[in-house]
Amino acid sequence: MNIHEYQAKQLLAQYGVAVPAGDVCASAADARTIADKIFATGEKMVVVKSQIHAGGRGKGTFKSGFQGGVKLCRTADDVFAKAEAMLGQVLVTKQTGPEGRLVSKLLVAAAPHIKKELYLAVLLDRASSRPIVMVSTEGGVDIEEVAAHTPEKIVKETIDPAVGMMPYQARKLAAALGLTGDLINPAAKLLLGVYKTWWESDAAMVEINPLCIVTGADGKDTLVAVDAKIGLDDNALYRHKNIQEMRDLAEEAPLEIEASKFNLNYIKLEGNIACLVNGAGLAMATMDIIQYFGGNPANFLDVGGGASREQVTAAFKIILSDPNVKGILVNIFGGIMDCNVIATGIVAAVRETGLSIPLVVRLEGNNVQAGKTTLRESGLTIISGDSMADAAKLVVQAVGK
Amino acid sequence: MSILVTPQTKILVQGITGSFGARHTQLSLAYGSQVVAGVTPGKGGQQFENRVPIFDTVAEAARATGATVSAIFVPPPFAADAILEAVDADLDLAVCITEGIPVNDMVKIKRAMQGRRTRLIGPNCPGLVTPGTGPDSHGGCRIGIAPGYIHKAGHIGVVSRSGTLTYEAVWQLTSRGVGQSTCVGIGGDPVNGTSHLDIIKLFNEDPDTHGIIMIGEIGGSAEEEAAEWIKAHCRKPVAGFIAGATAPPGRRMGHAGAIVSGGKGTAAAKIAAFQDAGIGIAATPSEMADTLLRMM
Repeated sequence: MNIHEYQAKQLLAQYGVAVPAGDVCASAADARTIADKIFATGEKMVVVKSQIHAGGRGKGTFKSGFQGGVKLCRTADDVFAKAEAMLGQVLVTKQTGPEGRLVSKLLVAAAPHIKKELYLAVLLDRASSRPIVMVSTEGGVDIEEVAAHTPEKIVKETIDPAVGMMPYQARKLAAALGLTGDLINPAAKLLLGVYKTWWESDAAMVEINPLCIVTGADGKDTLVAVDAKIGLDDNALYRHKNIQEMRDLAEEAPLEIEASKFNLNYIKLEGNIACLVNGAGLAMATMDIIQYFGGNPANFLDVGGGASREQVTAAFKIILSDPNVKGILVNIFGGIMDCNVIATGIVAAVRETGLSIPLVVRLEGNNVQAGKTTLRESGLTIISGDSMADAAKLVVQAVGK
Repeated sequence: MSILVTPQTKILVQGITGSFGARHTQLSLAYGSQVVAGVTPGKGGQQFENRVPIFDTVAEAARATGATVSAIFVPPPFAADAILEAVDADLDLAVCITEGIPVNDMVKIKRAMQGRRTRLIGPNCPGLVTPGTGPDSHGGCRIGIAPGYIHKAGHIGVVSRSGTLTYEAVWQLTSRGVGQSTCVGIGGDPVNGTSHLDIIKLFNEDPDTHGIIMIGEIGGSAEEEAAEWIKAHCRKPVAGFIAGATAPPGRRMGHAGAIVSGGKGTAAAKIAAFQDAGIGIAATPSEMADTLLRMM
């Protein structure tokens, strides 16, 4: 699960990580109120940031024609005007796709003078099965670019989960960032706070980009997390009620929300051949084989090991609500499940949904002959495929016609 | 004749009285596997299906029955504790079927298991099967949730992160009259107990395994590590398939570990590593068995 920038900053602030003063709002009037308070503290600039889960907001364009989902303002009146231009509008960035995302919340925050932009992230290192804290002096840019062109500018520290991140590790990283003197100890405190946020929230990733050295109103340099991105481990959400409440359904695809109600794992793709498969690995492999034979998969859909009749019917309805779908491939390896139960479920689902596009079914496994007989004798036009390759070719042909 | 387990291996089941654990214990018993004990705290002294004694703790169950391997079917919030209880009892092997364990729990478990003798397979895996020689491979050792009857005793080792894709490969082999030494599902989570490489090394040392099918998927770099080792050390033909070439980056494809993130873990990179290591690449999942058989 992903959360918004303002929510990520709330979590980080709970662990003592410095973030620019600010608040979230849903109206231009509230944006002005927040801005007034920030200017009253002596700040010279305030930033208005669209809250959507996708990146690239600053360079995005609203469908209204308004340029930029992140705006710097010098007055509260300007904050009001920019907030009015953004709220209720759809923002298109390089990560949203052409459909864009509706902006219904804004983060209004102090924008202190930035002296230097740095990078900081905490994530799991799969190879060692341990957390790593990663920093770079190259902040404010795409870290993948840094990794590709100047990997020596990325410094990593592996954390032993038995003791957690130690202060000396934080000081090592601070030194690697070129921080000295009065900034060393605050930097170590911030790094430890970010690591603690990652570990105690069961995050998959915490990324602070940029982490900034800023000059405060008093003229002193400090470190603040100017942007923040947090992704959470879905498997651990059960033990974090506060984070569960941060879920924003408006950021998720409606069909994927519907699928999750039936314990179906569905991800919409761009193609026109839908697939319904049991098992995640087999589902991925089914998408691959459709493409191999010249087709384009419309979705990933794993019905799990137990695929009940209700689930199969729900899966068909979800598949069919994607208007691009021109054909369906059902690929089931019924190891323990009875193939005839699945065949009966498919027949019922086809009848209930009044299916009118080509359906290719490949069944294998337990009681497969009875399953195939059920499909054949249903009187429905179901095309039967013997192997995965056979079935994939048949559905690509049927859709191509 | 196999790796990790043989038809004689004595198995205990943690979570034997839960519906999922009970169902698969029945299937393992029907397959002829030696399930000798169950563990459910508070139900010690009872019997499962009037034939398998239940104990309150793993240590007691192992001491009383000689079980050396545990199959773990407990729900995610209790799985970390269950795995470490099996480790504490010094079992040879703990096979954790449970799907949905928080990643940080697994990070802690792997750290706590360092220097201990127990090997962990999984979590979020189908388990493993060493097929028997009876009809439909009856009499083998089935630990987990794989269908037993699709197997056939023989000489091909199969290792995979995915359940149904393993069954697909096994069934392709069996349908061609080719049997398996042991089939291992290592699980689809980002942190697991045993890697592709660990299993490949065991197959390489097993005189009765003559060829290997390795099935991978997007995410992480375990397949690349295995390929590098195979290139330098493996004496047996290996064929492979990587699932997820069409998966969009940044999206988790069902398995918690199946995600391309930051440009890492792509199918293309894994396939290139396989090619470089001389691993036979199945162009489609339909050709996993044929690709290996052509190499042998």
